Amino acid sequence: MHDMSAQAVQHHAPPTSFIGKHVFSLDHKVIGKQYYALALVAVVIGMVLSWLMRIHLAWPSTKIPLLHYLSANGAAGNVMTPEYYLQLMTMHGTIMVFFVLTTAPFAAFGNYFLPIQVGAEDMPFPHFNMMSFWVTFVSFLVMIASFFVGDGPTLGGWTQYAPLSAIGPASGPGQGMGVVLWASSIAIFCVGQLLGSLNFITTTLDMRTRGMSLWRLPLTAWAWFITSVMGLTAFAVLMPACILLILDHVAGTSFFVASNLVISDQVQPHSGGSTLLWQHLFWFFGHPEVYIAIVPGMGIVSHVLITNMRRPLLSHRVMVYSMGALAVLSYMVYGHHMFVSGMNPFSSLAFSFPTLIITIPSTIVVLIWLGSLYGSKLRINSASLFSLGFISMFISGGVSGFFLAQPSIDIMLHATYFVVGHFHLVMAVAAIFGIFAGTYFWFPKMTGRMMNETLGKIHFWLSFVGAYCIFMPFHYLGLAGNVRRYQAFVDDYLQPLLPVHKFITVAALVTGAAQLVFLYNLVYSRFRGERAADNPWQATSLEWSTPTTPPPFDNFGGQHPVVYHDPYQFGIEASTGDYVMQNSPEEIHTVRDEE
Amino acid sequence: MGRIFAVTILVIAIGSAIPILRHTWWMPQDISTHGAPIDEQMSETMAEAGICFLASQILLAAFIWKFSNPKPDSKIKTFPGGASGLVIAAFLLVGTEVLALGAFGAKAWAKIYFTPAAANALPVQAQAGQFAFYFRYPGPDGKFGPIHPDMVSEANQNFYGIDINNDQDAKDDIVTAEMAIPVNREVNLLMHSKDVGHSFFVPELRVQQDFVPGLDVAIHFTATKIGRYEIVCTQLCGLGHYNMKAYLSVMSQQDYDDWLKKEAALQ
Amino acid sequence: MATTVHDPPKSGTQKHPALTTTGNGNRGGVLPGGGNLREVRRYSPPPASTGIWVGIAAIAMTFAAFTSALIVRKGSSNDWQPFTLPIILYLNSALLLASSVTLEVGRRRVAAFMAGVKTHRARPARWLYVTLTLGVFFVAGQYAAWKQLRAQGVFLATNPSSSFFYLLTAVHALHVLGGLAGLLLVIGRLRSCVLRRSTLDIASRYWHFMDVLWFYLLLLLWMTL
Repeated sequence: MHDMSAQAVQHHAPPTSFIGKHVFSLDHKVIGKQYYALALVAVVIGMVLSWLMRIHLAWPSTKIPLLHYLSANGAAGNVMTPEYYLQLMTMHGTIMVFFVLTTAPFAAFGNYFLPIQVGAEDMPFPHFNMMSFWVTFVSFLVMIASFFVGDGPTLGGWTQYAPLSAIGPASGPGQGMGVVLWASSIAIFCVGQLLGSLNFITTTLDMRTRGMSLWRLPLTAWAWFITSVMGLTAFAVLMPACILLILDHVAGTSFFVASNLVISDQVQPHSGGSTLLWQHLFWFFGHPEVYIAIVPGMGIVSHVLITNMRRPLLSHRVMVYSMGALAVLSYMVYGHHMFVSGMNPFSSLAFSFPTLIITIPSTIVVLIWLGSLYGSKLRINSASLFSLGFISMFISGGVSGFFLAQPSIDIMLHATYFVVGHFHLVMAVAAIFGIFAGTYFWFPKMTGRMMNETLGKIHFWLSFVGAYCIFMPFHYLGLAGNVRRYQAFVDDYLQPLLPVHKFITVAALVTGAAQLVFLYNLVYSRFRGERAADNPWQATSLEWSTPTTPPPFDNFGGQHPVVYHDPYQFGIEASTGDYVMQNSPEEIHTVRDEE
Repeated sequence: MGRIFAVTILVIAIGSAIPILRHTWWMPQDISTHGAPIDEQMSETMAEAGICFLASQILLAAFIWKFSNPKPDSKIKTFPGGASGLVIAAFLLVGTEVLALGAFGAKAWAKIYFTPAAANALPVQAQAGQFAFYFRYPGPDGKFGPIHPDMVSEANQNFYGIDINNDQDAKDDIVTAEMAIPVNREVNLLMHSKDVGHSFFVPELRVQQDFVPGLDVAIHFTATKIGRYEIVCTQLCGLGHYNMKAYLSVMSQQDYDDWLKKEAALQ
Repeated sequence: MATTVHDPPKSGTQKHPALTTTGNGNRGGVLPGGGNLREVRRYSPPPASTGIWVGIAAIAMTFAAFTSALIVRKGSSNDWQPFTLPIILYLNSALLLASSVTLEVGRRRVAAFMAGVKTHRARPARWLYVTLTLGVFFVAGQYAAWKQLRAQGVFLATNPSSSFFYLLTAVHALHVLGGLAGLLLVIGRLRSCVLRRSTLDIASRYWHFMDVLWFYLLLLLWMTL
């Protein structure tokens, strides 16, 4: 019985045309880079949107130059209207969650490196893989298009609660075409993700090279695998929800819109729909989604730190089991977004218990990292700094979860800035730090050049301190009762908090500017960076063993690597130094002191 | 640079904790009868979360300090107890902590949601609609007239769509833009949404509850301190969401009766 | 942490221990080595086989979401008006069931043909054509059911019950069209003699799933409408 995996991928000859090489490419590496580029464009847009929001919050009547070009109605005279604030806010959240946090850590790095890490030539369904990127790209275009139609994008937040989202244009600007475009874009996005998950799962299970058992997979491969299983089940539920929402808009159905609702003295034509149904469907997707955003980051951080600590984790299996436990539990907790939603209060208690329990695997993950740092030989560089920063941010963002997991406390914190602080620390900071760590770490392999270390460290310091300056105060605002999704703070009890908002805005603008250092570093290093060796970090996994850097079209130059070792053989005495690569036939004789 | 990073983490961790310890920004004073367990829960959680936060950030900083930029010949060491020690610690310590928090929190929650309103609770109806709250009192007959959605008219100030000509129960209903309640008297708030989702939040009262279009929700509470408090909307409802608020006045029984008489005269 | 899988080999021509298998190949199973993650094996199942299960899982989740939406919507208000399912639906069901039977017969015969088993039986592709025809009739029959309802004044937005009827049957029919495309692909490749066994198997699996899914939907609609 011969090795089937070599046969499974229809060998496609390397493309020769520009279009074949860089546009409609079947090569998983190109597709990974395309996703990265998409995420980069999206994060710049998302960040600019956040600056517009923060400037408006700190100085509400400010004229923001050029804004009226984006929307004549929303920003006449360059002053943002209340509805336009909400529209920008909705686009900020949607673009960041979908087009940055779901694409970069998972689709970008995963597409590039998963096949190489398992020792395959490519993913088994390269055409579906190419389609997954272009479908995601179309989804992005549809989302951006909503800026330029009628009365602009939808203003209902990335969560699009019904009936505000479902009842139609009567409920506000952007609630007609804006919602239809939003829901269509997201439904298309779901298709792209399903095609991607298909490839990730089959690659991990069926395309591993000889000697690559599942326990020999690097932690990034495990993280991408677990994420792809979550993606499969979560996005397959979001798509029907969006279809139902679109039908309520264009087909006169009433899935989400109840009877006898009155807007502008008109009784709305819908009847019988369930407000809470949307929330259940959305959050069944929504909670796994945030784990989809963070689990690849956990894999990347583990992978980068292990190499920079020169030792494997305290327990490889416990890390895998913990990531798996997070994924499984993530389906049972979604109701914690709905504690005061009007659902049965008993359900609220029922959801709070798994939510509290999920702190256990999260704690284990952090403790494993901390325990692995102990006694290690830690190298400090941009990649390891961002990984360590991830740990700090994940701790900070995670502990605020203790509060939000309890319905009784949630009465005081729901829909306040406390929640906004919590999810920004874990998603906008920790997950993004994971992307940065992966970038600094893998840039040499993807481009053949090193990123500039000095610029990387400047980027790190400004981002780390800046992010804490922005998001720690959010928790204080929330404790004081500062409600979220307000375009201005007119209530009496909010007046003393205005100086805090100004501080946050300044921090946000400075931290945002610091990202220019990263962008400059990316572009500069791509063309002028110092040439990189094949294995500049002295790492062990298969991506560092490719015959050329960047890897050739079929990753291993016609050879199929053979794997002899577990993924993280560090801290040993070997001919190459204190490590042995996975595909090296060298025997390991030294028994380390922890055996 | 590792050591500078370690110090930075320490400074940030301790610096973040200071405003919490000093209650620089904190919940306003509790004026409810059910709020004490909530506040206790909040303090408990803050203490435990705070300890976890500080301990782990300090450990992170300490390990970075000690193990970064090592000497070339130093040996890799294993954390004492290995992974199993940490896993057991996580299960035992975090497990008991969260189960305890869950159990006590459940009691606080049950006190609010699993006890029915008192038989003599004052019924007040609250209606949320883009972008204002309106309140309705049943008047001497103690009954609310039915709501006719087709009769809702902002222009005529018939916010509830009541038909005073044909519905007997509606004749003495009192609709107000401000909510007033007597102190130390249980109120049964009947929540109705006119259009989209809204929410009723009074931080001092330790109450937050969403309005659900199509589902009338009831909550009950008792205010213990006379004063004027803000009711704010916390469920995104459209462009006027930020401005959607009303005042809650907690008055002595006498003042409340006077106020109600005055409002009745204005109907 | 352990290093290599076995002790270092003696010198000589022994194969490196990392390459030997220690168990069955868990053929067709999802986890190799019967769940032993240390298992280092030399046979991988065809990815298409795993892939079709992944696809089936996704479609199942989608219909699970629609099901829960139906149940919640039905209970959220008392405006649910049941109606009689058009009789033609039951005929369509029979057609689809028959198509699964013919597909299974055809699949086995084509597989035997591909394996070189000499047989007096008629061309195996014939059964695939019959399946295709039955499938087309199924979709046409669904369309006829919709037309019949429209003639009775029951449209998509008439009532939540009809909304779900149209939605579920239309989404299912769309997926059946995908299955028909798959069958056409199989037939085309068979005729050009480039058909792989895995392609045949997964197209069949998908089609059978469409059948199972349809009977589930029929039961759901029959119970709630």
